[in-house]
Amino acid sequence: MQKRPPVIQLINLEKAFGRQKVLRGASISIEEGKTTVIVGASGQGKSVLLKHMLGLLRPDSGQVLVHGKDINRIKKKELTRIRSDIGVLFQGSALFDSMTVFDNVALPLRERTRLDESAIRARVEEKLSLMDLNEIDGKYPAQLSGGMKKRVGLARALVMDPKIVFLDEPTTGLDVRKSKEIYRLFFKTQTQLGYTAVIVSHDAPKIFKLADYIALVADGKVQDCLSPEQFQLSENPYIKAFVMDTMGKIYFGEEDPL
Amino acid sequence: MGASTDMRRLNVFEALGDLTLYHLNQLGRMGQFLVRCLVSMFLPPYKLMPVVEQIHFIGAMSVFVVAFTGAFTGMVLGLQGYYSLSQFGSESALGSAVGLSLIRELGPVLTALMVTGRAGSAICAEIGIMRNSEQIDALECMAIDPHRYLMVPRFAAALICLPLLTCIFDVIGIFGGYVVGVKLLGVNEGAYFVGMYKSVVWGDIYMGLIKSVTFAVLIVWICASKGFFLHLERKGGFGAEGVSKATTNAVVLSSVAILVFDYLITAILL
Repeated sequence: MQKRPPVIQLINLEKAFGRQKVLRGASISIEEGKTTVIVGASGQGKSVLLKHMLGLLRPDSGQVLVHGKDINRIKKKELTRIRSDIGVLFQGSALFDSMTVFDNVALPLRERTRLDESAIRARVEEKLSLMDLNEIDGKYPAQLSGGMKKRVGLARALVMDPKIVFLDEPTTGLDVRKSKEIYRLFFKTQTQLGYTAVIVSHDAPKIFKLADYIALVADGKVQDCLSPEQFQLSENPYIKAFVMDTMGKIYFGEEDPL
Repeated sequence: MGASTDMRRLNVFEALGDLTLYHLNQLGRMGQFLVRCLVSMFLPPYKLMPVVEQIHFIGAMSVFVVAFTGAFTGMVLGLQGYYSLSQFGSESALGSAVGLSLIRELGPVLTALMVTGRAGSAICAEIGIMRNSEQIDALECMAIDPHRYLMVPRFAAALICLPLLTCIFDVIGIFGGYVVGVKLLGVNEGAYFVGMYKSVVWGDIYMGLIKSVTFAVLIVWICASKGFFLHLERKGGFGAEGVSKATTNAVVLSSVAILVFDYLITAILL
């Protein structure tokens, strides 16, 4: 079967903040309709990589191609058009705290479509019930629990039926049950809507179950982007160390002293 | 294995160059920000409700503080003016002195300083918190232009409100001067108003209005951009401390800019 062209391609990205070099030639390709999970230790530049894919950061050198176009060289209008196919769940949910849950989810529809208020209400309620969030639409983000905020963030990310969805640490700060709930909702919506997903996560190895591809960011580079099976058997020293840290030696048939 | 840092100390010349580049960069960013906001203001679609909300916040909610300041400024001008003019036997010129000082200088400047303290600081803090909590990134990712969505209503509201607030300040200040000069110190009522009527010309009123419009742009520009670029602040713009520092900087910078531009406009128009 012929492999589909990548939706997103990062080519040799370099990025420094002041005198701190975070990315040193990072490259990755994101395949259409698949879920790619980006893992790595804290401070290795996972979120920086994601922000480059979204066009929120400009690389010092290298290219960010979305649908084959370098998003740092195209006109603002075209970037807006590309972004209209994108949904993002931020690490801290990034809900507008002076707006109700309903208004948060309705915002992209109000600003970017000409739908009337009744059609907007129907779309928002559909997405909120997809996230099992009924009867909270009048509440403010500060009145919600962490898990609920993430679900509202996911509902907002999906309200425009995007083709690509980015999730930055979707389960950080949530307990095991709530994390499972987020993963279940993600799986349910991806099956229904068929979007391409890029997830930045710390939650290895649990997140491996959802992934089609796993990429490890270490030493300012994407070490490799492999299927979960290949990833766990990789000979790359960084990947090997990561698998060892997160899954233990048991996986390799050796006894874990801990 | 982490990202490496090159944290060697810079020598004096490097540090000076670094600082100059940082400030030039900041000025360039703020310039681009202003142009984008002003251009976005004239492009459709035009949304009325966000502007009305900001008029309420920047304008209506500042009326009391502006009126209060105007009354006392007028009263102190009446008092000071009377004692200075009475030394030359020119108490009848009190109306001209109060009217001209308020309309040309004190009205626009003090109104702008009051609005900076009340609304400018709030704009900077609100936008800064939005930046810190990734709400501005979220807007960009939703293909909603934050310049248009967040800034245009604030610029439009300030441009509408500042001249009106300045007029309120002037009228109440003139009345404050009247109360002290005429009612308390016994200056002739006719002399007070006729003197003012004869000395204040349309040019003075235009000058006051030009100043208030310029100050409106300055206040929103400096306060909003300080919040908007909080993440690029040199000494860390994160957390509550980052927001509080940026807000203080924004208020100080706006106040200084108002006084500098006041001088420049006066020098050009006189």
